[in-house]
Amino acid sequence: MRITIDEDRCCAAGQCVLAAPEVFDQRDDDGIVVLLQEEPPESEYENTRNAAALCPAAAIVVEE
Amino acid sequence: MTERHVVIVGTGAAGISVLENLRRCGFTGSVTMVGDEETTPYDRPPLSKRFLTGEWEPERLHLRSAEALAELAATWLLGRRASSLDAQARRVFLDDGSAVSYDELVVCTGVRSRRLPLSDQVDGAHVLRTVNDALSLRDGLDDRSELLIVGGGFLGAETAAVASSLGTRVTLLSSTVIPLAAALGEDVAGLLADRHRSNGVHLEQGRAQGVTVSPEGTASGITLDDGRHLPAEKILMSVGSHPNVEWLETSGIPISDGIACDEHGGVVPGVWAAGDVAAWWRPEADRHVRLEHRTNATEHGMNVARAILDQPALPPSVPYVWSDQYDLKIQIHGLTAGADSFEVIEGDVADGRFTAVYGRQGRICAALGVNMMRPLRTLRPHVAEQTPWTELDRLKPALSLS
Repeated sequence: MRITIDEDRCCAAGQCVLAAPEVFDQRDDDGIVVLLQEEPPESEYENTRNAAALCPAAAIVVEE
Repeated sequence: MTERHVVIVGTGAAGISVLENLRRCGFTGSVTMVGDEETTPYDRPPLSKRFLTGEWEPERLHLRSAEALAELAATWLLGRRASSLDAQARRVFLDDGSAVSYDELVVCTGVRSRRLPLSDQVDGAHVLRTVNDALSLRDGLDDRSELLIVGGGFLGAETAAVASSLGTRVTLLSSTVIPLAAALGEDVAGLLADRHRSNGVHLEQGRAQGVTVSPEGTASGITLDDGRHLPAEKILMSVGSHPNVEWLETSGIPISDGIACDEHGGVVPGVWAAGDVAAWWRPEADRHVRLEHRTNATEHGMNVARAILDQPALPPSVPYVWSDQYDLKIQIHGLTAGADSFEVIEGDVADGRFTAVYGRQGRICAALGVNMMRPLRTLRPHVAEQTPWTELDRLKPALSLS
């Protein structure tokens, strides 16, 4: 699994952090997504898929 | 079981979420997507934000790339509207006279903007719901133009912020003295009103009755119920919406405000509903709740897909909205409607940087943050758990340690 982020689309909702806190975080100042792991371990696949699905700005693309 | 045919009517955020999650959960049957707009799924929140400024073009709005859509292997019937439903025979009839049979139908027909009386087909009288609406509204929105916005909700307020940033002279007409006061309380609404004023937006109070039309047939202003007339050649009507349910009226499906669903989106056997049009039963609220929220549409879609495939639902979620106005990024977890208490947790409302909680009947019902994205997240569990208001003093020190 490989994750790419479109920072420009990110609306700082933080839904990804709620779904997959091991994989995503937010910047302090503007809340924009921070990718903690570009290639997360298999144990995080389901959370990561949920995070991508839940992102209200479609800013997370997951390739498998 | 896997050879069932699923028909999804509506190709917005809810519709694409159903399709994507059916595939993600292993569904290999056929899926047909019916949409009344000509375009593949696109995102609506940017229409009153970066699309309206002109920063984004229509291609940027697409929710999925062409390759991603192709992988989902659906049949797309675009530019066609569902006109009626026979839920017994499991057939949807379309406005071109054709019919589509289904095993499972998901209704994601959304809402449409409410318009003021006498405004249909009037040049200059705009609504903002679709990409075409937004293209039409932003055309000529510049430092030589004027815009009258009718309705001081989130859509009207966001549009006021965008239009004033483009140099447009904006009047924002709201039915309350301070726009959004009923939704957010006077403290937060007061901050927003100050931002409007300091950015040159003229705030007006009144109730719109209808649009007036020039001899040329273009908009010339609006009438108010106190007899006043506000002249304007460009008007945005942001006065709420109607669920798109009329096509279901003869189907026997339960309709009140939207489509009444069980807590998994089920309506009657073989029929489901998701997104803005769907009023799902919420056990914690003990009633049907219909939300016009972007994240709600996605969550509905995920859960309907799971329910169709007999897979367990996602954990219960907390409603979420966000709004960008001037330099303020506003985020809300939970529902502020009916709140009777408000308390700032961290920061200061006057600085435009704070978190706060709303209470209803002695329990936390919502958390709001302005320009404080990460600290707000720590408040969300208390919204989910509806923490008693009396525990706030005890919790406050820990909650404001960001």
